[in-house]
Amino acid sequence: MIFAFDIIILIFLVVAAIISLSVKDLLSSAMIFGIYGFLICLLWAEMGAVDVAFTEAAVGAGVSAVFFIATIYNTRRRSSD
Amino acid sequence: MSEFIQTNVQPYFNFWIYVVLMMIGLWALIAKNNLIKKLIGMSIFQTAIILFYVSLGVKDGSTIPILDHHGPEHHETADAGHDDVHEKEHGKKAEPHHADDHVGPNPDTIANPLPHVLMLTAIVVGVSTLGVALAIGQMIFKEFGTLEENEILEQIKAGNVDD
Repeated sequence: MIFAFDIIILIFLVVAAIISLSVKDLLSSAMIFGIYGFLICLLWAEMGAVDVAFTEAAVGAGVSAVFFIATIYNTRRRSSD
Repeated sequence: MSEFIQTNVQPYFNFWIYVVLMMIGLWALIAKNNLIKKLIGMSIFQTAIILFYVSLGVKDGSTIPILDHHGPEHHETADAGHDDVHEKEHGKKAEPHHADDHVGPNPDTIANPLPHVLMLTAIVVGVSTLGVALAIGQMIFKEFGTLEENEILEQIKAGNVDD
């Protein structure tokens, strides 16, 4: 575990979470949530949990972003908040 | 203040951020109006809990829990000085003697893999709950024509629901 990487990735993580929840366009919200997933995947590789890291990269960042985009495609793109 | 940061914040920075992410997710689940925003908050909440568990397995200066060789570490070095006959005679009797010694890698140099393995299950379960929740969201959109919570509640109060 490298503390400099740790602190940078964790701060980016909080920023990505807040932006993903405050953007009004749901498609960009889903994209920024994908960025959040890849950041947390980086964090796990850095913390020594490589198995969790590649599961998260495949499942958390990839599949859940695809699920969100499929749902937004079938419903509406705008959000009120 | 700087002493507080050195003793409480810096060694436990992962745990502080875990609490912050968890509160962001909880706030989104409660206060956001759009159902998809609520589900993004739920995913952030789940990853915060996984971050807590993975942080429990981290040690200072530890590496990934993968070994590049099999078996006890001392075999090559301990048997290097013996010839074959000597090893056959004393090889098996020497084993219990060596068992007290340091066998295998030092556990302080590798991260604890048990929380990692538990969290693999949690990630897969989290994605499947997300998939089911988004499918239910699409059904709600088909029924009400919107994903905003206040509009759905208004339609339910007005009695526009056909079961």
